Amino acid sequence: MAKQITLKMTVNGTDCVVTVHPFARLLDVLREELRLTGTKEGCGEGECGACTVLMNGRVVNSCLVPVVQAQGAVVVTVEGLAQGERLSSVQDAFLTYNGAQCGFCTPGMLISATDLLNRCPNPTEGEIREGLAGNLCRCTGYAKIVDALRAVAADGGAAR
Amino acid sequence: MIGASSIRKEGRAKVMGTACYTDDKFVPDALHGVTVRSQVPRGILKGIQFGEGIPWGEFTIVTAADIPGTNRVASVVHDQPFLVGIGEEITHPEQPVVLLAHPDRRLAEKARKAVTLEVEERPAILDIQASLDLEQVIYGTHNLLKEIRIQKGDPEAVWASAAHVIEGEYRTGAQEQMYLETNAMVAVVEREAVGLQVTVWGSLQCPYYVHSALKQLFGLPEGQVRVVAMEMGGAFGGKEDYPSVNAGHAALLAWKSGRPVKVVYDREEDLACTTKRHPSRTRLKTAFDAEGHLLAIDVDFVLDGGAYATMSPVVLSRGALHSTSVYRCPNVKVHGRAVATNTPPAGAFRGFGAPQSLFAMERHLDICARKLGLDAVELRRKNFLRTGDTMATGQVIREDLDLGGLMDRAIEEIDYHRKRTTFAAANDSESPIKRGVGLAVFMHGCGFTGGGESYLASVAGVEGLADGTVSVLAASTEMGQGKNTVFAQIVAEALKLPFEMVETAEVDTDRVPNSGPTVASRSTMMVGRILEDAAIGFKQSLVQQGFLKEPYTTDGFREAVAKAVATLGSVKCYGQYHRPPNIAWNDATYQGDAYPTYSWACYAAEVAVDLDTYEVKVEDFVAVQEVGRVVNPTLAAGQIEGGVAQGIGWGLWEEVTMKQGCMINNQMTNYIIPTSADLPQIRVVFLENPHPAGPGGAKGLGELPMDGPAPALINALENALGPLRLDEVPMTPDRLLGRCEEVAHG
Repeated sequence: MAKQITLKMTVNGTDCVVTVHPFARLLDVLREELRLTGTKEGCGEGECGACTVLMNGRVVNSCLVPVVQAQGAVVVTVEGLAQGERLSSVQDAFLTYNGAQCGFCTPGMLISATDLLNRCPNPTEGEIREGLAGNLCRCTGYAKIVDALRAVAADGGAAR
Repeated sequence: MIGASSIRKEGRAKVMGTACYTDDKFVPDALHGVTVRSQVPRGILKGIQFGEGIPWGEFTIVTAADIPGTNRVASVVHDQPFLVGIGEEITHPEQPVVLLAHPDRRLAEKARKAVTLEVEERPAILDIQASLDLEQVIYGTHNLLKEIRIQKGDPEAVWASAAHVIEGEYRTGAQEQMYLETNAMVAVVEREAVGLQVTVWGSLQCPYYVHSALKQLFGLPEGQVRVVAMEMGGAFGGKEDYPSVNAGHAALLAWKSGRPVKVVYDREEDLACTTKRHPSRTRLKTAFDAEGHLLAIDVDFVLDGGAYATMSPVVLSRGALHSTSVYRCPNVKVHGRAVATNTPPAGAFRGFGAPQSLFAMERHLDICARKLGLDAVELRRKNFLRTGDTMATGQVIREDLDLGGLMDRAIEEIDYHRKRTTFAAANDSESPIKRGVGLAVFMHGCGFTGGGESYLASVAGVEGLADGTVSVLAASTEMGQGKNTVFAQIVAEALKLPFEMVETAEVDTDRVPNSGPTVASRSTMMVGRILEDAAIGFKQSLVQQGFLKEPYTTDGFREAVAKAVATLGSVKCYGQYHRPPNIAWNDATYQGDAYPTYSWACYAAEVAVDLDTYEVKVEDFVAVQEVGRVVNPTLAAGQIEGGVAQGIGWGLWEEVTMKQGCMINNQMTNYIIPTSADLPQIRVVFLENPHPAGPGGAKGLGELPMDGPAPALINALENALGPLRLDEVPMTPDRLLGRCEEVAHG
């Protein structure tokens, strides 16, 4: 059995302690140890963005992050976007505009979209399309996702 | 209710990350199942070696010799084994041979690589031409998975006398569905007093296909197999037939180990071994009179079906039936063949054969227009099907059909004529950027082909719940298309209830009847119509039994249902598909009504080509369609936009590269699907024309948007660059460069 390490993270505002293999992927630790299965694996090579989470305020593909690098990190997953039952403005817009079809890219897309709008509260369509280009979606053709982000921007941004 | 953009039923769970997909299901004590595959395209399996360094005693190992029932996957043709046994023939390089399960996923993966197979290799057939040439006989007597002939009039009598005869050959490549969620299955097998009880939870489109497959695999009766559809991360046809295979594998491991088993493919395995769109080759020969009226069409349509039949017979059928597109023609001959090759089986993918044959015909028409000296728009207009016309199978167009009006709307939206003029002038300059605009007009048959719906005889129902709300009972699955929402709208409309009063039941074969597979643009139109009938029957029986009086309020209905459930224990009403009296199909002669109706469309694309890089950028895209009445405009537009994106990908970028029968670019890094930055705004226009066969007048629309983008784009590309051999998709930069060099080198 490979050596296990114990590390601490703050995930969605909660302090967590996990004992895992140091090279375990952050994605697997979130899904299997913490049972936060909202974050998805689409490719396992950092191409599709379905596993996108915020780590210390920056978007990362959690399938590419060895968990040892997340020691002490503040992580936000899709489960951390809503306040209880109250959806964030980006989640709410995805619901209203049909930004989620099959929903599998949605958790990663929502994290990237939230990050984009936090960095750039009034993006042009081109900025939205470039900003989300690391998150693949096979259902929507991205049209309704772009609509959702424009609506959030017009309505005062992601922080509402 | 019908016509409202109701919010997606399961949308809230999806945006909160709580929707439960197969791999999200928490299964204590589960083993992880992996699959050892054949690695060679053709040969005889002589032996299996388990290498050193693996604690094999900890593993559950399943081979063909273990299978308790029939080692054949239930499908259109029962030709595919779940596992190849020793002494049997290997027919493609990704064929399952050994199944392994272990609690440690990483160790299971390591063990998979430690199994080696002894194979006596045989020469393989790897493409359409080698199969047609019978270089080796690998399937039946002629390598044919299916052959179809359609005849109307006699094209042979026309060629000699026609003013113009124009021939062409067109090819399309395989395409990967690339659903974001890979294939995944969880199985539990319990040994109970009555015998085995097999249950699977999975990512699957067609619960009753999987149900049939498991019954046959284990030799069990109906009641001892249960299939539950989990939330599904996309499918597009890719989870139509393949889940019968991996469900069988998971169940075999669960049966042998006595423990729950998860089989979740990683992306590389999913891309390498699951079904894709059939590669195609279409030869067309068309005759025109001096004015440009079509006199005869001869179609030779060939699909590469891979090693087993899977859905090829029906994919071929749909492709052949769409091969003359939307044109009237007195003399038609269609010869369709699906040939076997030693490659992983092709299968269902949105469009189901139609995108291939429509690409050929819609490209061919533009080439014909150029050769006839006519505008491509005007050549189409002269030849459009109209109400009262007869299609190749003898089907008469009974609905109001105005393809000219549809095309004019697309022309107007994209500003076709002005752009053709201004681009022509600008393209003469030295700039490496060349622009063009092009279009395609096409249709998509709604529902199963031919007698398929009669054969399925689908059943769906409505159930009253104890709290007075209503549940929809159907085996149709939600893969993102919006089935949960649209079914609820249809039933709410029929019962005059608010949308919130109706939910869809979990798709579990123990709970819902067989409403048929979730395929063929059939759920809204076919199953929706059955639900409309069931809902009305449900209400009538409440009235007849004295629980409900009309007119009623929402609260009155809720109280009536609650009282009926409390009194009777269970209140359900089922409906079943009945063939409309004016629809007839003869499968032996391929004559009759191939589909109850069609959805119709004109798609127009504007492209900019950079002759320094040979990259093609889609600058504008207009999708105009007539799909009957639109049940949910927002969801419907989402279907069109997503389908167009897949069509653009197929037309320009998505290439499956094969070597010795294996996909070698089986990663998202090197199989390129469109990103948000690659696509333009897709402008969607619905022209509504309610059709009596669908619920509230709705027709099917899910597959339609896959059919038009590729020919529209390549027609636009020809408009930008002039006559080139643009006869194939995907037209990647590499391929386009080659085509331009052909002209440059004469």
